[in-house]
Amino acid sequence: MLSIKNLHASIQDKEILKGINLEVKAGEVHAIMGPNGSGKSTLSNVLAGREEYEVTEGSVDFEGADLLDLAPEDRAKEGLFLAFQYPVEIPGVSNINFLKTAINEKREYHKQEPATAKEFLGMVKEKSALVELDSKLASRSVNEGFSGGEKKRNEIFQMAMLEPKLSILDETDSGLDIDALRIVANGVNKLKSENNATVVITHYQRLLDYIVPDFVHVLYNGKIVKSGTKELALELEEKGYDWIKEEVNA
Amino acid sequence: MIADLTKKDSLLASLSSLNFSDENEYFADLRNKAKAELETLEFPTSKTEYWKYTRVGKIVNKSYNIAKVEDIDITPYLIPGLNANILVLVNGFYKANLSKIDAQDGITVLPLSEAKNLAQLNAKFCSLTTNKEEVFLAVNNAYHTDGIYIEVANNTIATKAYHILNITTGNNVIALSRNVIIGGKSSQVKVIESFINENGNENFVNNVSEIFVGENANVEYNKIQDKSNDNYHISTEQVYQEANSNFTINTATFNGAIVRNNLNIWVDASNCETNLSGLYLGQNKDHIDNHTVVDHMKPNCNSNEVYKGVLDHESTGVFNGKVFVRQDAQITNAFQQNNNILLTDTANVNSKPELEIYADDVKCSHGSTTGQIDEEAIFYLQSRGISKRNAMKLMINAFAKDALANISITALADFIDTKIEERFTK
Repeated sequence: MLSIKNLHASIQDKEILKGINLEVKAGEVHAIMGPNGSGKSTLSNVLAGREEYEVTEGSVDFEGADLLDLAPEDRAKEGLFLAFQYPVEIPGVSNINFLKTAINEKREYHKQEPATAKEFLGMVKEKSALVELDSKLASRSVNEGFSGGEKKRNEIFQMAMLEPKLSILDETDSGLDIDALRIVANGVNKLKSENNATVVITHYQRLLDYIVPDFVHVLYNGKIVKSGTKELALELEEKGYDWIKEEVNA
Repeated sequence: MIADLTKKDSLLASLSSLNFSDENEYFADLRNKAKAELETLEFPTSKTEYWKYTRVGKIVNKSYNIAKVEDIDITPYLIPGLNANILVLVNGFYKANLSKIDAQDGITVLPLSEAKNLAQLNAKFCSLTTNKEEVFLAVNNAYHTDGIYIEVANNTIATKAYHILNITTGNNVIALSRNVIIGGKSSQVKVIESFINENGNENFVNNVSEIFVGENANVEYNKIQDKSNDNYHISTEQVYQEANSNFTINTATFNGAIVRNNLNIWVDASNCETNLSGLYLGQNKDHIDNHTVVDHMKPNCNSNEVYKGVLDHESTGVFNGKVFVRQDAQITNAFQQNNNILLTDTANVNSKPELEIYADDVKCSHGSTTGQIDEEAIFYLQSRGISKRNAMKLMINAFAKDALANISITALADFIDTKIEERFTK
């Protein structure tokens, strides 16, 4: 589904990603872990198409398309979804209106009929229940005045509405209490199928108790320096990242 | 030696054909006093602080004519779905044949020229407009043609809104309309005034409304300025609030070569609520200026002011909002906000929020922002599959619509929302 080859990216002439290689297949859950400043968020931002980052080398293939060649909105329409670490507040734009625009643009892109009002409202009802998001929040302005937990649940609600093929969850667990974490993880797990894939970017192993990964990768200094199974995450939790740094620097 | 004619003289000369000889002595005297005041006033220049950002040269260097028009088709200017009394002014003159008023007990609606025969007008008329040292106000005091008089008696609630269509047509026309709106004790009334230009170039409207909000009364005045690009508009509302009253004004300006709105509200009693909102959407070389003053003179009052601008192309926006809180006006809550979005590098805005507080137990805030659209928000919307263009549209619409949330007439709110959407669906 996703194939990243030798990806280099920089921001303001500072190289952050220094040759990332990653293969993600349908039905898989990958976790990317790493210390602060290792390039985790840069990777998710580059994949989503944020303009400030410049890709200097390498390629990203997404379902047969050259991902890096697509505008951010077209990446989303092709089935990529990024759950933001810091979801943006957009006063005056209602969640509902915004999602309706997004869904209908995506449908148009795939030459499908727009969602009827009834169909759309049915989806809202079903998907907001999935993340226990109060239906009142669904009709409020995007993220405006939401608590930290509500913002993250709103991200997963949007993910459920848009039904992406590949979801990247960027530090979705940061700042969440255990109940919110459970709700978010539960939502992600329910959306999992053999046709879609999830990349979980996190600093802490805790989230991986709830979203169990098939593979765990350690990102350090702009490269994936170690890959393994979920046991690797437990080892990182226990020993920290220093031993990885020593291994790499040795 | 013959002195050169000043700009003021030549503008006034174009008004010389106006004949007010059928007015009674009282009003003739008011006009003469205004003419005397005019002698002492000059048009503002760039050195006049209160007009610093709005040059009136383009307006006052032209000559104008007075033009009475027989008939006009008003149907394009009606608001869809709005069930209102229709009052039509064309080039500053009342058109009875085009107006449509449902009589209601306790409400007097007349052209101002006829209302001047009512004794109760004397004490009110010009009471908020005399000796204010504003030349355009004085011109209107001296030379106003006609306008609308609405008086709502004590304890009367107007069942239908009053929609004034203030139309100019023809070229180089000057229109000097004058309204008086009186809300009696515990009355309620909603007024809409649409400023429209039909196929005319370089017309100049200099209109004034005096609005009296009686004790415990509730008055809403909505103003829509939608004149094509090379028309000039200087507009003044003078508002006086009595105890426990509620006044709301919403101003939506969609274009205009030079638009200057002067809004002055005297809150001269306790427990009043005042809401002032404005939206200005500049395009091409439009120049849209809103000057507002809220004068809190007595304790326990609230005022809320929100003006928002979206400026495209080479347009200019000006906002100057002043709030006075006088020494007696303890426990005043005064809130003021001006937000602008510039869509191009060539659009600009001059924003000047001002507070003058002489009381010590008050809550006041003011703020002004000018910026581009939040890039982070645009990217967020794009990341959900919304094109950059549609993302911008969503954001601008949200920003603009928020400004006029106080409009209580649903058909009018829908009409304005639709106009906003049309503007940004390009």
